[in-house]
Amino acid sequence: MKLTVDGNPHDVDVEEDMPLLWLLRDELGYKGVKYGCGVAQCGACTVHLDGVAVRSCQTWAGDAEGAEITTIEGLGTPDALHAVQEAWIAHQVAQCGYCQSGQMMQAASLLAETPAPTDDQIDEAMSGNLCRCGTYPRIRAAVKTAAAKLSEV
Amino acid sequence: MGRAGTIARRTFMVGSVAVMSGVAFGYYMYRKPGPNPLLDDLQEGEAALTPYVLINASGITLITPRADSGQGAYSVQAMMIAEELDVDMDQVSVSPGVPSPVYYNTALAAESAPFRPTDRSTMANTTRGVMDAVMKFTGMQLTGGSTTVPDGYEKLRMAGAVARETLKLAAGKRTGQDPKKMTTERAHVILPDGTRIAYTDLAVEAAQIEPADHLALRHHSKWRIMGTPQQRLDIVAKSTGTLRYGIDFEPEGVVHATVRTNPRKGGVMNGYDATNAKAMRGVKQVLPVTGGVAVVADNTWRAFAAAEAIDIDWGAAPYPAEMDAHWQALSDSFNDDHLDSRKRDDGDVADAAYDAPEGTVVEAEYRAPYLAHAPLEPSNATVLVGDDRVDVWSGTQVPRFVQANIAKLTGINVDNIHVHVQMMGGSFGQRLEDDVERQATEIAMQMKGTPVKLTYRREEDMTHDHPRQIAMARGRGVVKDGKVHALDLGIAMPSVMSSQMGRQGWTVPGPDLQIVAGAWEQPLSIPNYRVSGYRAPELAPISSWRSVGASTNGFFHDVFLDELIHAAGADPLEERLRLMWHKPSRQVLEAVAEMSDWATRPGEGRGRGVAFCTSFGVPVAEVIDVTATPDGIRIDNVWVAAEVGRVIDPVNFENLVQGGVIFALGHAINCEITYADGMAEQDNFYAFEGLRMRQAPVIEVRGLENDIHVRGMGEPMVPPAAAALSNAIFAATGQRIREMPMNRHIDFV
Repeated sequence: MKLTVDGNPHDVDVEEDMPLLWLLRDELGYKGVKYGCGVAQCGACTVHLDGVAVRSCQTWAGDAEGAEITTIEGLGTPDALHAVQEAWIAHQVAQCGYCQSGQMMQAASLLAETPAPTDDQIDEAMSGNLCRCGTYPRIRAAVKTAAAKLSEV
Repeated sequence: MGRAGTIARRTFMVGSVAVMSGVAFGYYMYRKPGPNPLLDDLQEGEAALTPYVLINASGITLITPRADSGQGAYSVQAMMIAEELDVDMDQVSVSPGVPSPVYYNTALAAESAPFRPTDRSTMANTTRGVMDAVMKFTGMQLTGGSTTVPDGYEKLRMAGAVARETLKLAAGKRTGQDPKKMTTERAHVILPDGTRIAYTDLAVEAAQIEPADHLALRHHSKWRIMGTPQQRLDIVAKSTGTLRYGIDFEPEGVVHATVRTNPRKGGVMNGYDATNAKAMRGVKQVLPVTGGVAVVADNTWRAFAAAEAIDIDWGAAPYPAEMDAHWQALSDSFNDDHLDSRKRDDGDVADAAYDAPEGTVVEAEYRAPYLAHAPLEPSNATVLVGDDRVDVWSGTQVPRFVQANIAKLTGINVDNIHVHVQMMGGSFGQRLEDDVERQATEIAMQMKGTPVKLTYRREEDMTHDHPRQIAMARGRGVVKDGKVHALDLGIAMPSVMSSQMGRQGWTVPGPDLQIVAGAWEQPLSIPNYRVSGYRAPELAPISSWRSVGASTNGFFHDVFLDELIHAAGADPLEERLRLMWHKPSRQVLEAVAEMSDWATRPGEGRGRGVAFCTSFGVPVAEVIDVTATPDGIRIDNVWVAAEVGRVIDPVNFENLVQGGVIFALGHAINCEITYADGMAEQDNFYAFEGLRMRQAPVIEVRGLENDIHVRGMGEPMVPPAAAALSNAIFAATGQRIREMPMNRHIDFV
């Protein structure tokens, strides 16, 4: 099956029911995508499938056929940061950082859909992403900063 | 220095940094710590003086031996070295180095001494010194107990100072000018005429000189880095998905493994049928490990799927199968046979609390459950076993234990067990245990020459965690004349230290003060005041969970105090202040009173609670506001003040404290591990949720710097949080919550 990840075309031979998470991590080496729970409870594995945030642990390889996948490392890079990543750096959101790939992918998806979210909309969109370190106050602030930045351009 | 030039040509692997040539400085002359591990791996022609600062032609590497599980330990250690070294944070890289006795944890020793942190008597300080010698002797390189900052506060700054002054001496030797007239900045020695010589240029010459000695550390008013917000060294990597954790590490030729061991932890495996699993795609091997079975495959998910397809016959649990028996064991422990410590016994409690008029006596019982650590990165380790060498890549807080245990397992000399410490996706104390490293080694021993990465399924991780202790407390107190007159608190729990250190083959003598930590050492002058620790029998295996004994006892002690204060009809904050004799502790209470505007009470349907707990030597006060909504309790605001002596990085401090409060509140309201048929009933986050963003309150943090002792803040924000919440719920609803998780008794939004 064929799919595109962070702009790179791939052709893989895997089971239809292999979670996209493991296709990305183990078959293709996209390690920015994280395994946390495997049952869509934590959001650490969040990627964009054709621009929309999905939990890659509950998205099957068969459903990703022909899709454009974006991981955190395709969203932006240290040299060309996405506004969300820039805000995450400015607010020094991360503690252990393990959930943050998923948090940022969720936030980027929210802002693509809702450029100026209210506090309630932020809480609603982000509450599926667990942070065991408890960085929620900084995530909230960073989402707002990113929204402001995106609205400038 | 004597070994300069005698070391065989080898690459010095420090984390992901390969140092090709260089020199290492440390606090060697400050307190001779033992052999310098950096000496073993330097290249020919190089030299290493001491263990914390490594300089070569291409740059400066600071060795930060305390592990980073997200608390910012690498950055804060680097800040302390860089402050005195006169380098800026953008000029250094950090490495955890290699496990070595030289990196033993001094501050952990102080914490283990059986004295209140407020006790600065000769006896207390002498004992702390003896414990220090024990830690040094055993080379206990351990990250925990909120000790990274206090442990490094002097020795890391001194490591920087010694290196800086020695580099000046080298510049003097080269130029013939007086080092006393030289200055340093941004990794350069500046000569009197303004000429700049880079440290990297001087390093090898400096290595030939006896290190500078008799140095004084700079006064904090002169600090450039410490005390000022810094960009964490890992923040860009963590904000771009480019940071690689242990779970991401994959050496060439790696195979992916997972294990299933008896969910009745410590129980045996009677047998298994892996016929189906072996036939599944990608499965390479099904191998026995202690207490279970491992699947090795070409992909993690294939290993997971195959492991789930194995039919296994498990033996019985070596502890009571049902929770009732666990609670009963605690309940049966409140007697002299189980008395473990009674280090707080002021006044005459027997007389005051047990011979008091009716209507003045308050009695209550409290409970706290087992809790999993559940860091978001599931347990994992990669191990390569060769004929006479083992390499381990793992996020561990106890690299020396890992080394020793793998040496025992493999029979390979401990010097040839190479532990490469990886960044952790959280820990909260979980990675003080080393089951996953031992199991990965057992698998790798059966596949010599192949690197094996063992990853736990989340379900394996949560059900095989060594949880926080279960605990129970019983209080009896008396109020008189509107004041707290007597407080008698008994706490029963199994010994965490005995369970945890027992797995390392250590016996811990004497009482386990974690049984009463967060209660017995509170700086209160209640006229009749007693705290008794009762050691319950060993139940399920337990381990240190963020703030350890204080995580349960801070809740018990302060909620009971609150009950007494309410019975006395006193103001919760004023009465705590009146009882508090320790000035820095009074100051944290005064700070939260001001921050929360305590005197102005929240309106109808709302409630405000205050709590105080000193743990790990840090007095912390927290005020919480809640609203009783039709859908349940909503936590609105939290104000926290903590006395830490010095705040090293204000941004990291705030983040850590806010996060720790959220961590504590989440577990307090909805998390527990319960056993049924000997097995943990909660196996994933749907049943062990913690706080979600929509539930997270606004949290305001203040770090106070009134005390002379510098303390760490990884844990002390946890113990008062649940108590402040319970006290706030009482204020809002009149309902007193005496058990965690609180959602057993009241709903939350």
